[in-house]
Amino acid sequence: MPDFVLDYRPLWAVLITLVAAGLILVTGRWPNLREAVTGAAALGKFAIVVSMLPAVLSGQVLETVPLNLVSGLTLHLRVDPFGLLFALVASGLWMVTSMYSVGYMRTLGYGHQTGYFASFAVCLSATMGIAFAANLITFVIFYEILTIATYPLVIHMRTPEAISGGRKYLAYTLIAGQFLVVAVIWTHLIAPGAGFQPGGFLAGKASAAVLQVLFFFFIVGTGVKAAIMPLHGWLPTAMVAPTPVSALLHAVAVVKAGAFGVIRVVGYVYGPQLLGDIGLGTVLAWLAGFTIIVASVLALAEGNLKRRLAFSTVGQLSYVVLGGALGHPVALLGGIFHIVAHAFMKITLFFCAGAIYATTHKEKVSEMDGLGRQMPVTMGAFTLGSIGIVGGPLIVGFVSKWHLLVGAAKGGQEVFILVLAASALLTTGYFFPVVYRAYFGQPEEGGRVREAVPFLLIPLGVTALLSVVLGVFSNIGLNFFQLATMAATSIVSGGVGPAGGIQ
Amino acid sequence: MTEHTPALIVLVPLVSALLLPILALVSKVLARGWTLVALLGTHAGSVSTLIYVLANGRWHYYLGGWAPPWGIEYVLDPLGAGMATLVSFLALLVAFYSGPYLKDAAPLKTGSFYALFLLVTAGLLGMVVTGDVFNLFVFLEISALATYGLVAMGGHRATVAAFRYLIVGTIGATFYLLGIGYLYAVTGTLNMADLAERIMPLLNSQAVVVAVALILAGFGIKMALFPLHGWLPDTYAYAPAPVTTFISAVMGKVAIYVLYRVFYFILGGTGPVLPALTVLGWAGAVGILAGSLMAIAQRDFWRMLAYSSIAQMGYIAVGLSLGNMMGITGALLHILNHAVVKGGLFMVAGGVFWRTGIRDIPSFIQMSRRMPMSMAVFVAAALSMIGIPPTVGFFSKWYLVLASIEASAWPFVIVIVVSSLLNAVYFFRIIENSYLRFRTAEEDEVAVGGTELPATMLVPMVVLGVAVFMLGVLSGEVVTNIISFALPWGTQ
Repeated sequence: MPDFVLDYRPLWAVLITLVAAGLILVTGRWPNLREAVTGAAALGKFAIVVSMLPAVLSGQVLETVPLNLVSGLTLHLRVDPFGLLFALVASGLWMVTSMYSVGYMRTLGYGHQTGYFASFAVCLSATMGIAFAANLITFVIFYEILTIATYPLVIHMRTPEAISGGRKYLAYTLIAGQFLVVAVIWTHLIAPGAGFQPGGFLAGKASAAVLQVLFFFFIVGTGVKAAIMPLHGWLPTAMVAPTPVSALLHAVAVVKAGAFGVIRVVGYVYGPQLLGDIGLGTVLAWLAGFTIIVASVLALAEGNLKRRLAFSTVGQLSYVVLGGALGHPVALLGGIFHIVAHAFMKITLFFCAGAIYATTHKEKVSEMDGLGRQMPVTMGAFTLGSIGIVGGPLIVGFVSKWHLLVGAAKGGQEVFILVLAASALLTTGYFFPVVYRAYFGQPEEGGRVREAVPFLLIPLGVTALLSVVLGVFSNIGLNFFQLATMAATSIVSGGVGPAGGIQ
Repeated sequence: MTEHTPALIVLVPLVSALLLPILALVSKVLARGWTLVALLGTHAGSVSTLIYVLANGRWHYYLGGWAPPWGIEYVLDPLGAGMATLVSFLALLVAFYSGPYLKDAAPLKTGSFYALFLLVTAGLLGMVVTGDVFNLFVFLEISALATYGLVAMGGHRATVAAFRYLIVGTIGATFYLLGIGYLYAVTGTLNMADLAERIMPLLNSQAVVVAVALILAGFGIKMALFPLHGWLPDTYAYAPAPVTTFISAVMGKVAIYVLYRVFYFILGGTGPVLPALTVLGWAGAVGILAGSLMAIAQRDFWRMLAYSSIAQMGYIAVGLSLGNMMGITGALLHILNHAVVKGGLFMVAGGVFWRTGIRDIPSFIQMSRRMPMSMAVFVAAALSMIGIPPTVGFFSKWYLVLASIEASAWPFVIVIVVSSLLNAVYFFRIIENSYLRFRTAEEDEVAVGGTELPATMLVPMVVLGVAVFMLGVLSGEVVTNIISFALPWGTQ
């Protein structure tokens, strides 16, 4: 049995950014002070989240006192290895993104910056709430808050294009939210007051037919944010948002909240065993496989760099879903670790796209000729990120994909090895032209070096470097690999489980 | 004094109403001050009564010392006292809010406004505290007649709306009177507790069946249950803003309170009540969709809110009709939610109109710049209408969906979910206009200047805006400590 410890740090992790959002609104008139608030909140939040790491690694589960919300259901935060993994990624990358945001928004002279930074802070609070939610109602509350808090960021540019993108975003996410609410209420009736439990709690509680329909509701509810096809339509459109938003929210926090939700449902509500019994694991795996292939094909056809990255995100998120769906412990580990891996690589790529746009105002792939000579650092980072997404060794993406492959092979589902291989080829297909043009194309205005400002350059350098470091030493620093292992083990064995037990 | 509180919370506004026209001739400030003090006292009385009955159980008060069945009895239980608290709180806020609205009005008009307003309040409070079905009719008429007068104060189009409301409303009241006539004919009593006892063996007699149908029709009209809602949009759209705010926030709620009281507490929720509840539920469900769709079709902000009210009353009707614990809990929480939210929304609508003369939705462009606080309240209320956590609207819908699934009433689940999305459509249209769109140059010339509202109007709406979140986070406490005692099975 895991060791449950009463601790209010998860609550502070949620609240610190809410308070910061208020302060940001108050200090809006003094931009430097306002950005200082963001920075302090980012550091503080990360410190709080990291401070919980040793306890969780030693097998403890930290939780707050439940607050009675509605009959028999409570607002309850709990830190387990899986939640902490997500919280570490989101809060850690928020620090870099905050720095990048300042550089990006100021370089391009965007307006409404107070609202921008405040909404960003609220989004991070909601993300922490999602990561630390101990039961479905807490999850759904923060999930919906995240939906609304992201809206001002999507429509930030206030252009007709942004407004219609915002509408599309809301239409998808609000409808999904309703599905999720119904699913959660239904679950509450089937298993009153149940919290997330490694290995699931629904087995034997209702007939297979009911559980299948319920699962459909859950997958629509979480699948929109996880951009499982055909529920992905909002994501490429949402790229009208400023690049830091695309980088952190549409590559890390919001979309990963969806993927995180899928894993929570698969691993902590149903459990791989039950999913296999009612025949849904395979369905979900095929859905994920379909998304991986089709999204990669669509990315090939996309000429706008950010939109190409968005389609790439659609495909990569389904790696996480696939890991959950295959049900084999190693695949599960791969899927969970891909939350970390994809976050570092994709944020690097978006940072690069943003740096290119802020410096040269280029956003089409066809305009990238010769950029490798003008912006060597940026394009270097971009190249590293691309190789990582393809699955090249020594970069973090390799670790997760390797485990997915092994899991698919061990689970006897060899067909998904083909899917993963085909996807790697397609991914090369859509990243290679960018890299090729950058290094071998002829620049229009000569080969002068014109790099991005340091505020943009440092964050993208840091994330690119971390992608490589984590690719070589996957457990270094914040013990991501160990956390992922603990989460996967607990889902399979039904307890929080010891570290490193997967063979 | 304290042992007479149940009578005082009705008598204080009633007697003050009689004094006000005279006071207003002396000084408008005095009239306003008196109104506020009277309502503050009434609210304090309601709150203390609520606290008392939650601790000590039901409070029977014999008016004039005459014991029932000869005298009239006031019965305060958690339900009645809770409703009284809600009504008196909204009355206090609206009276505070209406100050700037009446700044330029003649003393006589100010006096009659406050007098009629206090009469409405007294009537509504009387309806929720009385334990006598005929006395309830009397208070119903007091509040209704005063409302017709208040609506008519909105100018010449309002007079037509008020006249229509008068005719339809009187028909509704007459239905109710006929209904209790039948009940009196078979039981020989008008006291609610007495009725509840004597009616049980007669529950399936034709007289009771007719009575149930008549009462449902009567209060169906009063609460604007679809398809009996025809009077509502014009009334809400043309009445003065404080009046619309008050009647939209609490009047329909008191009407549905009476249905709840009669169906569940007097008739026990069985027999002929069951088909009546089925009708109520389906009419509510159709009303939810029809009201939301009509709201989307409106160009006028006030009318949009009016149709949205028809939809929201449908939620309460659906919850009551389900008849299970969660359904009624959801309905009662939604009464609270909608009172706070719609009150806040009409305060914003009224404030915007008062300051800028704008009420059609396309003209809301850049309103967030001109009136940031008001629009922030609007956003909070809109989120609650859509049902986004942690607003209270999320939790009332939660209970309603929970109850519908529990009762396997899947059509209701679909209706509630779809309607949330329709709400999002029409509320986000205004959010888009006021926050995201910019004017063209020529529109700017037409635009009237305007800044934020005076504090007198702003404070009540901010109170409601904050309440949307507070009640949401604390909804568990509200349900456990108050609403669970207001269920037909939960009373001591």
